[in-house]
Amino acid sequence: MRLERRPQPSLTMTVAAPFAAVLASLVLCAGLIALAGVNPLDAYAEMLRGAFGSRLSITETLARATPLILTGLAATVAFRARLWNIGGEGQFYVGALAAAWLGSEALAGLPPALGILGVMIAGMIAGALLLLVPAFLRVRFGVDEVVTTLLTNFIVMLFVGMMVEGPLKDPLAFGWPQSVPVANELMLPKLVERTRLHIGLLIALATAGLVWLMLARTVFGARARAAGLSAGAAEFAGVPLARTLLGVAVISGALAGLAGAIEVAGVKGYVTTDLSPGYGYSGIVVAMLAGLQPLGVAVAAVFVAVVFVGADAMSRALGAPTFIADVIVAVSLLTMLVALLFATYRVRK
Amino acid sequence: MIEALEILTTASLWAAVLRIATPLIFGALGALICERSGVLNLGIEGIMTLGAMIAWLAAYQGADLWVALAAAAAAGACFGLLHAVLTVPLGLSQHVSGLGITLFASSFTYYVYRLVVVVGDAPPTIEPFRPLAIPGLSDLPFVGPVVFAQTAPTYAALAAAGLCAWILARTPLGLAVRMAGENPHAVEAQGLNPLSIRTGAVVVGSALMALGGAFLTTAAFNSFFPQMVQGRGWICIALVVFAGWRPGKALLGALLFAFFDAYQLRLQHVVEGLPYQLFLMAPYLLSIVALIAVARRGRAPEALMAPYRRGER
Repeated sequence: MRLERRPQPSLTMTVAAPFAAVLASLVLCAGLIALAGVNPLDAYAEMLRGAFGSRLSITETLARATPLILTGLAATVAFRARLWNIGGEGQFYVGALAAAWLGSEALAGLPPALGILGVMIAGMIAGALLLLVPAFLRVRFGVDEVVTTLLTNFIVMLFVGMMVEGPLKDPLAFGWPQSVPVANELMLPKLVERTRLHIGLLIALATAGLVWLMLARTVFGARARAAGLSAGAAEFAGVPLARTLLGVAVISGALAGLAGAIEVAGVKGYVTTDLSPGYGYSGIVVAMLAGLQPLGVAVAAVFVAVVFVGADAMSRALGAPTFIADVIVAVSLLTMLVALLFATYRVRK
Repeated sequence: MIEALEILTTASLWAAVLRIATPLIFGALGALICERSGVLNLGIEGIMTLGAMIAWLAAYQGADLWVALAAAAAAGACFGLLHAVLTVPLGLSQHVSGLGITLFASSFTYYVYRLVVVVGDAPPTIEPFRPLAIPGLSDLPFVGPVVFAQTAPTYAALAAAGLCAWILARTPLGLAVRMAGENPHAVEAQGLNPLSIRTGAVVVGSALMALGGAFLTTAAFNSFFPQMVQGRGWICIALVVFAGWRPGKALLGALLFAFFDAYQLRLQHVVEGLPYQLFLMAPYLLSIVALIAVARRGRAPEALMAPYRRGER
């Protein structure tokens, strides 16, 4: 048995890959659920009910999907250009911190529409600047960005801890380590009253459209994709590689920073060190499940959100640990990789 | 200021350096073996987390500490085999597969841990390795308490570094591993199978990574808690680059890094008025600085991250 490259990537397999991957992941994780003494079919049914069973749970799932769409887009843009931005988690947090910092006072006097825009731009600038450092180190000194972006995540977490216990600490929070809150009039309007769903979802969906346009229809997008397909060939064809990669870093970092700003201004109002349950890392899985297609990211983000929201409900009802959500998501990343392989290769005896 | 310098003369600092270096030595050696054979293993962070939990779990269930270490190594080898299958015969992206292994291994670890210990309970403790004083040598002034009163796994880590350097540089096996990482076509021409060599290297390397994690629960602390690996895996990946893919230099790098880590921990108590987080940031910042310092100078294995498929160039 050996693998043989298909003359043309199979379209059917490419489209079927995410579905096959998710199905395979659910089958594989059934064993772990059974280990907890829970019937896997009951567990999956409970997860679906938990994610879609009521009006409230649907809004909760979509609220969870909102930051995932943006961190998924951040990973998509970067990975398309082969810039391995694994620092989405750190960029999310600096974006959130910048939003809370400026949104609490500096921007609070502005008309709400302008102030909200300012909060989001603040988050985007913070995220972009954070990723520019590793991207610059890569193009200038050839330092591998995988390790630097990963290490940056840890530095940022400590920085966030320092800020919410120090300069940005909310004096009215009864001593809890949390940041000053975004002013009430700068909080994103709700899409559905008395839920956590806010207009950030629409912003995220519109952003997905913009990213698609950028990658598919602009010169910069073509250069970014060329850099990812073959850096050598792209350079030979006259693509300014360093400038393109720095541009990709700005966009990718800004998207992850925007996710943080929107999460703060949309849901919680302030920053704590547990603001994100790994949105940055899950964004990588979202991007891969979407086959690095910006429009697919929205669908993949909803899937990941369903797993997380559903697992919380399932855990409350049946008792299997909520970490099963992380396992299902991680395994679907691996099964997706294998499924995609069969789109470009076939097995020959 | 004087106090900050006085720390340097205490034996406890230097003993801590060896202790802190131990998981890094195991992890960096593991990553180094994988990479010398041509496979980047970003599963390291998750595999170390897994190793830490499995070793604790085995000891908690009453196993001997050495059996617990073996169990951790075996678990690490299993996840290493998964990474090897995905990246070697299937030739999938080593970056994405490695990250997937880290996400899978750590979430699997926390899931299993939560099956044993419910939320809200204090982490159950085990009886960890005691320092093993080497008779005679441990009575030496200064050097004795620093080097010869460590726990057994620390001695094992130092020995593993020597063994690894010797095997890679001086044995046919090491030559085959290095060749698989430099030019797999040449391995094929020698009648050896580059795919099995790479798979074997990733499995052995991952077992070493798991031992690094296991040290945390069986010697450095006496219980398991989430997030306890704290990026040590990524630091090991940085150490391998810093060491120019050489085991001896990786050992030195781990010791140097551990020195800064041990020093900042003690400095926190001496220097007043600075947030403690600034000190904790130092090791990560230092790793990045080290990577910049050696950038362009280090020569990575020629075929690192290049999947090998028969009949394809």
